[in-house]
Amino acid sequence: MVGDLIKLIVKAPWSARFGMLVILVYAFVALFAPVLTPFGESEIVGSEFEPWGEGGFILGTDNLGRDMLTRILYGARNTIGIAFVTTCLAFLVGGIAGFMAAALGGWTDQLLGRFVDVLMAIPQLIFALLILTIAGTSVPVLIIVIALLDSTRVFRLARAVAMNIVVMDYVEAARLRGEGLWWVMRREVLPNAMPPLVAEFGLRFCFVFLFISGLSFLGLGIQPPTADWGSMVRDNATLITFGDITPLLPAGAIALLTVGVNFVVDFFLHETSGLRDDH
Amino acid sequence: MTTDSSGNGPGNGKDNDILLTMRGLRIEGQADEEWQEIVHGIDLDLRRGEVLGLIGESGAGKSTIGLAAMGYARPGCRISGGEILFNGIDLMAASEEEKRQLRGVRISYVAQSAAASFNPAHKLIDQFSETPVQHGVKPRSEAESDAKVLFRKLQLPYPDTIGNRYPHQVSGGQLQRAMTAMAMACHPDLIVFDEPTTALDVTTQIEVLAAIKDVVREFNTAAIYITHDLAVVAQMADRIMVLRWGDLIEEGTARDLLANPQDPYTRDLLAVRTFAKDHNGDEKAKTPLLAVEGVTASYGNSVRVLHDVSVSIHHSRTVAVVGESGSGKSTLARAITGLLPPEAGRVLYEGEPLPNALEGRDKEQLRRIQMIYQMPDTALNPRQRIREIIGRPLSFYFGLTGAEKENRIKELLTKIELDPDDFIDRFPGELSGGQKQRICIARALAAEPDLIICDEVTSALDQLVAEEILKLLQSLQDDVGVSYLFITHDLATVRAIADEIIVMLQGKVVEQGPKDEVLHPPHHEYTELLLSSVPEMDPDWLDGVLEKRRAANQ
Repeated sequence: MVGDLIKLIVKAPWSARFGMLVILVYAFVALFAPVLTPFGESEIVGSEFEPWGEGGFILGTDNLGRDMLTRILYGARNTIGIAFVTTCLAFLVGGIAGFMAAALGGWTDQLLGRFVDVLMAIPQLIFALLILTIAGTSVPVLIIVIALLDSTRVFRLARAVAMNIVVMDYVEAARLRGEGLWWVMRREVLPNAMPPLVAEFGLRFCFVFLFISGLSFLGLGIQPPTADWGSMVRDNATLITFGDITPLLPAGAIALLTVGVNFVVDFFLHETSGLRDDH
Repeated sequence: MTTDSSGNGPGNGKDNDILLTMRGLRIEGQADEEWQEIVHGIDLDLRRGEVLGLIGESGAGKSTIGLAAMGYARPGCRISGGEILFNGIDLMAASEEEKRQLRGVRISYVAQSAAASFNPAHKLIDQFSETPVQHGVKPRSEAESDAKVLFRKLQLPYPDTIGNRYPHQVSGGQLQRAMTAMAMACHPDLIVFDEPTTALDVTTQIEVLAAIKDVVREFNTAAIYITHDLAVVAQMADRIMVLRWGDLIEEGTARDLLANPQDPYTRDLLAVRTFAKDHNGDEKAKTPLLAVEGVTASYGNSVRVLHDVSVSIHHSRTVAVVGESGSGKSTLARAITGLLPPEAGRVLYEGEPLPNALEGRDKEQLRRIQMIYQMPDTALNPRQRIREIIGRPLSFYFGLTGAEKENRIKELLTKIELDPDDFIDRFPGELSGGQKQRICIARALAAEPDLIICDEVTSALDQLVAEEILKLLQSLQDDVGVSYLFITHDLATVRAIADEIIVMLQGKVVEQGPKDEVLHPPHHEYTELLLSSVPEMDPDWLDGVLEKRRAANQ
């Protein structure tokens, strides 16, 4: 297992290795944010908008006088953590529903499919804004709303992939044996649907991540004083008019992670699809 | 008629007649990022108007060599050495553009699966005309009138209008003939036939073979005929090359090679299908193990595929169901297993009616009927290890766990003649086709069933491997007394393994009875057609059968 992993990393092109490095660094920062940061997450430590390097603030301070570097490191933890949990939930819900639709067919498929169509017919951002305004903007509500909206996309993919698997003879053999739906989905369909789903997981994670940042920027995402890259861009946006690029740092952090994840996903897709370059 | 195959032997041709020469041809294929040689220095000469048969099992390199005759290597392959001269042109040195000019005009190709090779979005005649028009050989109108002539020669129905149909509107055999017509469009010097009849029923195969043979003879076209079936190549080829693992095993004129094979491997190939089971005796218990009574079934509401079918299977006996594709034989299996609940009629198990639908049956009823599939590749979950594939029925039906389960898995692996310690932790992808089919048999056996339904279990396998599988199934029957319902379109398999035969046509049983009775005249006329369509090793067989049928029609 570990040997396979090392072999995979050795074989990976530079883009994928770069992506893996970025993800590792982000994960490390997210896990150890309290140790790495000199100040508390929402601690006011200086005056507003201190420039870089002054008074021990490597990246200066923000609009309330909080240390920028500290906020960016904590932001990794909050934004990535919430995006990760949301994506996992979306895959759990969408994946199970999609597999069920494919395995059972008939009415189940119709009902689930049409319900998803209805959800998808409403623009995602507007729908999210609407529900968050009604239900309030706590973190659990945020996670559930975005996960449900995103699970519609996962449902579509999972159903399409599983459709091609449930017609295979080995699934028929399992049904003839008398296996239940859950076993067929978990042991026969899931392992064979993994490659496209994992690739989709990477992309979906980026979308969720951007979506949360977008919502935060609009003020309906992660609420202050929790550090979050999206709202940090908004809070410090005034600095841009003075030619200061500090507000772009959290935006850059978002962009870098997105690029990194996509590099790894591309590599993974190439590996598992068995595509061979023409000679 | 009788002068062709003996008269065109290699001794008669002059050197300037040579159309295609290969010297020391080496081809490499890419596996796991490494190049491995898959064809090891083949020499080949082909004269104008000569038909050369390339024969071998899968992996012998015959298709690869056939494509190399066009100067082409599949993606993931490369021609790494040797010399290919077509009509004096060095194909190894020729540019892509020069080769493109040759292909379709001077050399053409007929693929195994016509259905997959035609573009479903265009009419046959448009696809026929594309090559001659694109290459500027002849204008569209001339190409179209040519097409009609060729369609007529290949005995396609409605030759004047069939070109206006789309590929899905004609049958498989007709499509294969249309593809041959397409290959002849520019009157090429050489046609490469890559298993053109392998996917067809015997009764269709004989028509396609006859059509190809006539046309090739008439236009004096040279051909490379690739197949794994010696009996087919015996009808078509003047000369035969036997290949194995990228090496030439033996070469000779068709008659010599068949009459007097030198290499042991060739002899094995010729001797294939000599296996026959011992007579099982005719004593039967009163109640059959499984009885199908007046079953009628259809897909959706409109297409009725089974009409009032009655079949009975007794303990420790093998019942073979034969028929062409579309005759309803696989549907019969689906009706028995409950995957397609019958509309009328019932299925009795030891005299007790079984619930029609799969969902209504209990674990014990499910356990006693198991199934083995045609394609072992799709019948085994590629992401499960052998341990789990065979182990699951053991824990599911008998609740075995731990060491007990492991011992039973190993016992089953020994029974199907695979080394338990070597195979137990492999994935299906790490097995050959024959080994995969053995695992499928072990999975069925694990449930300790009374009846195993075998759906074309040997059709996807090489002949030598298929014979091994049949022997294994037979020895298992002798050992544990399981019954088989053996669905097949291959009469040689039926001869080998059946006790009783059921002949099906268009969803109805046309003849049924003990093997000797069905195989010996008088037969039902459809049985007669089936039996007489199975190719034999005799090179004069095809001409003989056609002669006889023509005489019978007059």
